[in-house]
Formats: sequence, structure tokens, C-alpha cells
Amino acid sequence: MEVLERRAVITGIGQSDIGRRLGRDPLGLTLDACLAAIDDAGLTRKDIDGIATYPGAMGGAPGFTGAGVAEVHDALRLELDWFCGSMETSGQLGSVANACLAVACGLATHVLCFRSVWESTAQGKGGRPPIGAGGGAAGGKFRASGPMMEFTLPFRAYSAANWVALFAQRHFHEFGTTREQLAQIALTARINAADNPRAIYRDPMSLDDYLAARLISTPFCLFDCDVPVDGATAVIVSRDEAATGLRRPPIRVEAVGTALRGRPSWDQFDDLTTMALRDASAMLWERTDLRPGDVAVAELYDGFSFIALAWLEALGFCGRGEGGPFIEGGKRIARDGEIPLNTHGGQLSAGRLHGYGFLHEACVQLWGEGGARQVPGDPRVAVAAAGGGPLAGCLLLTRA
Amino acid sequence: MSDKPFRVLPRVTPQNEHFWRGGAEGELRFLRCQPCGSYIHPPTPVCPACLSRDVAPSAVSGRATVVTFTLNHQPWVPSPDHPYVIAIVEIEEQPDVRLMTNIVGCPPEAVRIGMPVRVCFEQHEDVFIPVFEPASA
Repeated sequence: MEVLERRAVITGIGQSDIGRRLGRDPLGLTLDACLAAIDDAGLTRKDIDGIATYPGAMGGAPGFTGAGVAEVHDALRLELDWFCGSMETSGQLGSVANACLAVACGLATHVLCFRSVWESTAQGKGGRPPIGAGGGAAGGKFRASGPMMEFTLPFRAYSAANWVALFAQRHFHEFGTTREQLAQIALTARINAADNPRAIYRDPMSLDDYLAARLISTPFCLFDCDVPVDGATAVIVSRDEAATGLRRPPIRVEAVGTALRGRPSWDQFDDLTTMALRDASAMLWERTDLRPGDVAVAELYDGFSFIALAWLEALGFCGRGEGGPFIEGGKRIARDGEIPLNTHGGQLSAGRLHGYGFLHEACVQLWGEGGARQVPGDPRVAVAAAGGGPLAGCLLLTRA
Repeated sequence: MSDKPFRVLPRVTPQNEHFWRGGAEGELRFLRCQPCGSYIHPPTPVCPACLSRDVAPSAVSGRATVVTFTLNHQPWVPSPDHPYVIAIVEIEEQPDVRLMTNIVGCPPEAVRIGMPVRVCFEQHEDVFIPVFEPASA
């Protein structure tokens, strides 16, 4: 079997300004990232013949998407042979996997992939809003429907913080994982963010700071939850033979993980100590001869801290249930540890760019452009992973 | 009414009415496949176990076990009763049928994984929300 996605390479990356309450037009932010990525690849917009994005245009959820396919298509007057914007895919990076297949199959040559958020501006001066409760809380006649909302909102489980906390608590119960262990996801992110000028929270944070923070939904405190921001990220996925002579050494997509073999549900998934990311991770390793020990840097989704721990286990950096002891003290996941984690600060400290920030950072590290936060030893293999609950997708990336 | 917390209510349809209104008769009901006996949740018109279309609402005992829980402290919606308990329970008849729900009738700190619970209902308008209390209460 040919691993078809291996015909795909990443040739450029770009990001807009990233910040809290930037007050910018979300399409403007999106285009900043897209044009930066096109330029970074050494291409022009005339070369772009595909678009892939997550989640695409959608109503509701203010700030959750900054632009759909059509807005970017039209604003840049692109001539597209293939495009796809959807949230019914393997998490945020499912869009990138789709782009890989499009170029591998010859439907497109250079696909512009992007993810754009403006949740910080959208939430205004208030705190982080609950999911879907707005109409009801306002005394309206909003009623929950659909498989995700119907069986969560009526039970006052308004936020993904609640839904993920249920998994974390089960993991604590079965394996003895502790808050002190879980803290290392947040503390490591903060240490790395100090060396990322674009990160949101860069001040030092101690274990005592973490343990003293207010609780959100046990076992999660404030610092287990990522920080909403405004910002957009874009990457260019190209067919490999079209990448010769471009600006950068191409980063090859060695394998993708897009599987969801369990039930697509927050509460009905068969194993409540892990998530869909178990299946995506298994599939990734089924498609390559590389092994977890070959990976030099791991950029793993931390929308909530526990999700990164679950990815570490699922991807085989430690055994199932061993994530707590594995990250205890933080040495193994430090920049100079056995598997450097979230070297830009993750979404916990660098901002909730919603999946694409991890892919961007994986490319930065593979190109050796991390500056003060660059991992040592000329990394050649990285994994980027995004999604929690029923969302999960991951990419194994290599540089020649 | 004032002792009940605010809840976003579900949209009741012919497909889910048995679940959201079973509490009017004090019953927790799920769709059940008539040939193979599987309970089906969320409701679907075809049995996921045997693909039979012969499915109908059926009451269960209301006994269940807490498989995980969280104490919600964050005031997503203003309410005087924080922290409150969100849990996932599995029903006695079929452990792979789970419900996200609330545990009531005991201090939040008393909730444990593995705790036996039983259903009770909280009525809001035309909906009976199935929540659970300690079975020993």
C-alpha cells in the first residue's frame, strides 16, 4: 500500500498578529496569515489552486471562525481546482489531511490551509462564554438539539471544560494521576512561552501558583484551560514534485492519523480515560515505519491540559495510564528532555489558535527557526496533533 | 420553582419524547430493540447492534453507577448552587448506555466514582430532566 499523503509537503507557514481583544476584522486577520504563508513558500496567489479550512463558514459560536472558504477565495480572487471547509472531519488538522489527499491525487498543486479565530474580541469585556447557553440564559426560548448539545446542556454541562474534566477525573481514578502531575503540562507551556515573543502569557508560573488558582471544573483550575485569542494561522500544502526550487526545504507529511473508530461522542466513547485521539494516534503509526522514539518534538493540543497528557499516552511516548508519572517534575517534556512538548507555549500560554498553532510550531522547529526556544539537536521528525473528545487528527512530519 | 437551577431545555421531538417526558410517569425510558433487547442511546431508528428497525421505548430500573464526575465551579450561568456535580452514569441494565447527568441529594464532596445512584426527575415546563441521587439516600 502506498501511503498517499507522503506525496504531500508543507512549503510555507504564516501567522497574523495574535492577541487578546485585537478588535481587528477577522477576515483581515485571516488574509494576513494566508498572504504570509504564500509569501513564505515563495509562491504567489496565482499558484494557489486549493483551499482547506476548519471549520469553514458557520453561524453561532461568536469568534469561532474568522472566515470561510468563499471569503478567502473571493478576497484573493483565487482560481481554485479544489476546496473544502468543514468541521465534520478529524479535528482541526483534518483539514490539512484533506489537503494532503487533494495534492496527492492531483486535484490541486498548492493548497492554502488556514484556521482563524477571534474569540477574544467576540467575548467582549465579559468572561469566557458557555457553549450554546446564551439564548436560554437570556430568558429566550432556546432549546438544545443535536447529538452534542441535547445531552449536555440540559445537565448544566455548558463548556468543553466540563466535558474534558469528566475524562480527566476518570483517568485520575483509574491510574492515580494527580493535579501536581497534570500541572506540568501548564508549567512546561509557560516556561516555553517565556521564549516566544508572540505568546500571550510569558510571566513565570510556579506549581504553587497553579495549585492556588481558582477551580473551573474539577480537576481543572484556571491554568488547565487555554486562553481565547484573536489570530489566524495558515500553511501551504504542496505536491512534492511541485516543491522543488521553492524557498524552503519542504517538510514531508510522513503519515496522517484521521481515525475515529469509537463512538463519535463526548459521553458514549468506550474508554473514558482516553478519547478519539487514541484512534487517530494508532492509525498514524500504522502508516509509517518510524516509531515514537524517532520523534524529536511533539506539539500536542492542550485546549485543556489533560488532552495533551492523553495525546502523549496515545502516541506512545509513554504507556497507557502512565502519563502522570511520565510528566511528573516536567523534565521529560522540557525543551531539552526526551520529548520536548509544546515548545511555543501551547494554547495554554501562547493562545487558543485552535490546532493550527501546533502545526505552525512543528514547522518552525523542523526548519530550525525557533530562536531561543529551538530544541537542540537539529530535529528532523515532529508530530503535530489537535483535538479532544470526538475530535482528533495528527500529522507526522519529517525534514530531509 | 425557585429551588430549581436554570437549565437549557432540550428540543422535544417525536424521536426523543419518551426520554425527556418519561419522568411524568416516574420512568427513565430508552429506546429498546425488540428482537435483540439492546437499549439504544441516543435514540436512533435502527438498532446499532442488530440493525433491526423494530425499536420501541422501554422503561429501565433507574438504577445506575457513577463512572466519572466533575464539580463545576465556574458560573457559566449565574446560580446560587456552585459547585454542582456533573457526572456520567451507566445504567444497571446495560453498562455501555451512559448518561451525562447531575448528582443531587448529597454534598458535592460526597460523590465518588463507583457510587450507586438512582434516577429522580426535575420538571421544567414540559420536560422532566433525569438526574440521580445516592441509592442509599
